[in-house]
Amino acid sequence: MSQVVTQSHAGFKRQLKKYYSIYAGGFIGFVLLLALAEQLGMSRQWIGYWFLFATVGLYAAIGVMSRTSDVSEYYVAGRRVPAFFNGMATGADWMSAASFIGMAGTLFLTGYDGLAWVMGWTGGYCLVALFLAPYLRKFGQFTIPDFLAERYGGNIVRTIGILSAITCSFVYVVAQIYGVGLITSRFTGLEFGVGVFVGLGGILVCSMLGGMKAVTWTQVAQYIILIIAYLTPVVWLGTKHTGIPIPQIAYGYTLQKVGDLEKKINADPKEQEVRKIFADRAAAGKVALSTPDQAYADGKAKVEKSLADAKAAKAPADQIATAEKAVAAYPKDVAAAKAAWTRETGLAARAAPPRPHAEAFVGKDEAARNTARLNFIGIVFCMMFGTAALPHILMRYYTTPSVQEARVSVFWSLFFIFLLYFTAPTLAVLAKYDMFTNLVGSSFASLPAWAAAWAKVDPGLLNITDINKDGIVQWAEVVIGGDLIVLATPEIAGLPYVVSGLVAAGGLAAALSTADGLLLTIANALSHDLYYKMIDPTASTTKRVTMSKVLLIVVAIVAAYVTSLKPGDILFLVGAAFSLAASAFFPPLVLGVFWKRANKWGAIVGMAVGLGICAYYMYTRYPFFGVNMPLWFGLSPVSAGMFGLPAGLLTIIVVSMLTSPPSKEVQELVEHVRYPHLRGDTVVSEAR
Amino acid sequence: MQLTEKHNQYWHKNLVITAVLLAVWFLVTFVEAWYARELNGITFFGFPLGFYMSAQGSLAIYVLIIGVYAVYMKKLDKEYGVDEGDLE
Repeated sequence: MSQVVTQSHAGFKRQLKKYYSIYAGGFIGFVLLLALAEQLGMSRQWIGYWFLFATVGLYAAIGVMSRTSDVSEYYVAGRRVPAFFNGMATGADWMSAASFIGMAGTLFLTGYDGLAWVMGWTGGYCLVALFLAPYLRKFGQFTIPDFLAERYGGNIVRTIGILSAITCSFVYVVAQIYGVGLITSRFTGLEFGVGVFVGLGGILVCSMLGGMKAVTWTQVAQYIILIIAYLTPVVWLGTKHTGIPIPQIAYGYTLQKVGDLEKKINADPKEQEVRKIFADRAAAGKVALSTPDQAYADGKAKVEKSLADAKAAKAPADQIATAEKAVAAYPKDVAAAKAAWTRETGLAARAAPPRPHAEAFVGKDEAARNTARLNFIGIVFCMMFGTAALPHILMRYYTTPSVQEARVSVFWSLFFIFLLYFTAPTLAVLAKYDMFTNLVGSSFASLPAWAAAWAKVDPGLLNITDINKDGIVQWAEVVIGGDLIVLATPEIAGLPYVVSGLVAAGGLAAALSTADGLLLTIANALSHDLYYKMIDPTASTTKRVTMSKVLLIVVAIVAAYVTSLKPGDILFLVGAAFSLAASAFFPPLVLGVFWKRANKWGAIVGMAVGLGICAYYMYTRYPFFGVNMPLWFGLSPVSAGMFGLPAGLLTIIVVSMLTSPPSKEVQELVEHVRYPHLRGDTVVSEAR
Repeated sequence: MQLTEKHNQYWHKNLVITAVLLAVWFLVTFVEAWYARELNGITFFGFPLGFYMSAQGSLAIYVLIIGVYAVYMKKLDKEYGVDEGDLE
């Protein structure tokens, strides 16, 4: 490399460090100012507005400043993003609303078994580092289908690549836009639809004007906000319970205390009383469901009789009123009663004692525990290989200045992701400990302030009902929605409302940054791979970039429309996206670098088989589709990649061996990507 | 272009380090998870070891794996003359 390039690169890095340090300082100053304003009496709603408009405005401003029409700037940020900053951008790109808001809650609810997601979503970067990032960077084109098409030759491979890239990215982006709407509406009181619109506006200004360049620099800014927002309340809560400001290290003893409290709760007679009430109600519901008509008539007669009795005995007015209410509330017909009884049988779940937080693979017998273990492994496997196959992440490694920077960049990526992911299990344990000690055993008349507030605002996230009418909160009487943990932590830790606003801004940053990256991936697959490479290879660079910008808006609108339909189980959809990506992309990408003999037909048939088996297993096993065939080895349909990936890999090998080896040019391309710099190399792959 | 013996050695060494690091990754991921119940019997800084590994230990090792690979490959690139020159 020439001296000039070296100097400008170092200068650029210095400048970036300066700008982002000022920015981070400015952001902290902004939060402190708002904290001051809160003390002086600023309302909660205004704090919410300030966080929403200041941060979205900031992202838009970065977008405007980074606007570009240059192809290389637009698609790969000019390939000059230093490793450290690309790491931050990847971190923000990677961590979605689900990671930021949902992860700690999942761990809170499922204990050890939820850690499969934590492991899966971090360990995948080892595969990215060892198998993909440096080689893709050396290859140096614009998209992932680019690599497949160049390596295997032909438009069939490219088409399968485009289809897979769009499918998994689209499924994922819908979940993000949903998150954006949820957060903005919760913290500002704006309507869900308006929230989606504001957030989408921010995304579009940013990615449309400046493509990858703008998205990269915005994502760095978003990472800084989201990590400050995540760590602040946890460190505070941790210091409160462990006395050490690095709770991630110190919470082992808190975990032990949680274990002791679980045993105490398990043995407590009052808790057992509540659980027995649930068990009885579930059992009664089941009995009623077996003879619905009879049970309906009996039940109706019973409430009517008690009303008549009360009236006849001239009971006090309130007693009569209660009996009247019972009659009025009685289901109108047998169908309504059936629905009510079905709900009652569902209470059986609440009759179970709390599951021990640290215990791995909970189940009623050895077979159930082994199935739980297999499913744990399945999720880890699919999330890891899915990580190493998701186009919006792999694309980021095209943006570094060199192969070595790409390697270092994966390190920084995982480091920045690790900061959040190793904090989530800590938060789950700390929040549980706090609830076991401060919520359980408190009286209904004087609930902790945060619990009273959340139970009132959103019963879906927190529901506390005095089941056994003793006026004291038992753990079995509390129902918690996973998202509560992150959202309510500032209040649980006793922090001012401004920190809650900060957390919302962090969640928004996480959702927006991921949505940015995904939308860009989809628009690029359409404009670059489909339009430029397959439909009109003579298109001018300006036309290509304009095309991409237009498509971006179209895709965003379609995604927002799908989001507004509120499609069902988002966690399943996200998991499915990973399994599909793992089955379709991982085998051809890795074999493409590590096995020269892999050829076109191997890749085509292999990708089709991988995708096909994965999709087949999901379709025939996931309850939504209504086929419900028996599971293989009890493995849940989310982990369909466990079958799809090996099948795809084997197929590529077998079919490649049966057909003729790839051409000399392709073999030279493979050699070309294997070495960071080959002196006298004749292959020039890097696109300008 | 024709690759030299030296180039093949470089690639071979790359494969070896990849395999070694992958083995470590496999160990702290799948072997660890498979024996999580047994590992939970051991206490480590107050944590049951299986829980600790899945929640933090394995994650930290992942970060290290990638760091080791980046440092090792930088050295290897220089040693075999396939480095890209100084961009730092």
